[in-house]
Amino acid sequence: MYFAGLDVGARYTKTLIIDGDARVLSKKMSTSGFDNNIISKNLLNNLCMELGITLEEINKIGVTGCGKKNIDFANYEFSETMVAAKSVFFFNKNVRTIIEVGAEESRVVKLNSDGRIIDSVINEKCAAGTGTFVELMARTLEITLKDFSELSMKSEKKIPMNAHCIVFAESEVVSLIHSGVDKKDIVRAVNDAIASRIASMARRVKVEAEVALIGGLAKNSGFVFSLKNNLELDNIVIPDDPEYMGAFGAALLTREL
Amino acid sequence: MIVHYGYLDASGEYFITVDDSKCSVCIEKGCIKACPKSIFMESENDYGEKVMMVKDEVRKMLKYICAECKPSVNRPPLPCVTACPYDAITHSW
Repeated sequence: MYFAGLDVGARYTKTLIIDGDARVLSKKMSTSGFDNNIISKNLLNNLCMELGITLEEINKIGVTGCGKKNIDFANYEFSETMVAAKSVFFFNKNVRTIIEVGAEESRVVKLNSDGRIIDSVINEKCAAGTGTFVELMARTLEITLKDFSELSMKSEKKIPMNAHCIVFAESEVVSLIHSGVDKKDIVRAVNDAIASRIASMARRVKVEAEVALIGGLAKNSGFVFSLKNNLELDNIVIPDDPEYMGAFGAALLTREL
Repeated sequence: MIVHYGYLDASGEYFITVDDSKCSVCIEKGCIKACPKSIFMESENDYGEKVMMVKDEVRKMLKYICAECKPSVNRPPLPCVTACPYDAITHSW
């Protein structure tokens, strides 16, 4: 039995195949591009080739993400909130708050002890507090995303920064560069700004431990550190593949239908 | 399930919050008719309950769309909140 999960995000499309026991057999991601349908199908075909199966042998396909409506070969569609809850609770039954930071939207989902969603809030309007913010700042600072994460951890200086607008924040970063502020301190300021943005949204649903962080930004250790400080948490649970949790949740839900 | 529809931006937080556990028991969904801007619709949530939702296309414009019901002085009770017999709707601003 094979079940596929697709997460067609604003920036990247993630896809994976699980078996009947919910073991991940293969996974792949690529930029979402212009035609989500073709890119998703190609990704899935590549996964099938790796496993030595055909697309027809996949029993069911579930899709989520902001581009889910563009996928014409999926059997089921799921909300992003639902797949986040499903996948995180599958790995850790103690999680009560899920924070997801994607490329262009962030969301916070609160669960009860049965894994049922009891509260949820999404911010899909403002780019401040999303992965795109980090990508833009890394470009402005001429560093890679990997360096962005590592440099932040080396900084011991806090610089307050505008967290409310990606455009103003960029010009503020340029000002800091011209003032001769160390790159690592600017990187930390950016991570702190995003964390404060996410934390203020998370407080709407009243953060309750344990807290899990998923989405691509969970790989930025500097941001994780800033978020922990802002929410005054000792620990944040991060799954092994935080960017694949949406796709995994879609596959899990598909398996149950 | 409590759902916050809306956004936060540099000017503030603009969320309409709906408590699905209260909303799902309401048959009338009087809020849908009460809204002068028709921003609500009835649909199924993730758990198959029939609830009121804020339409996708207005979620990023609530500050401006709801402005008509929110004058800066002598604000009257909001029609959607008044129409809800279960106190399932709240506005954050």
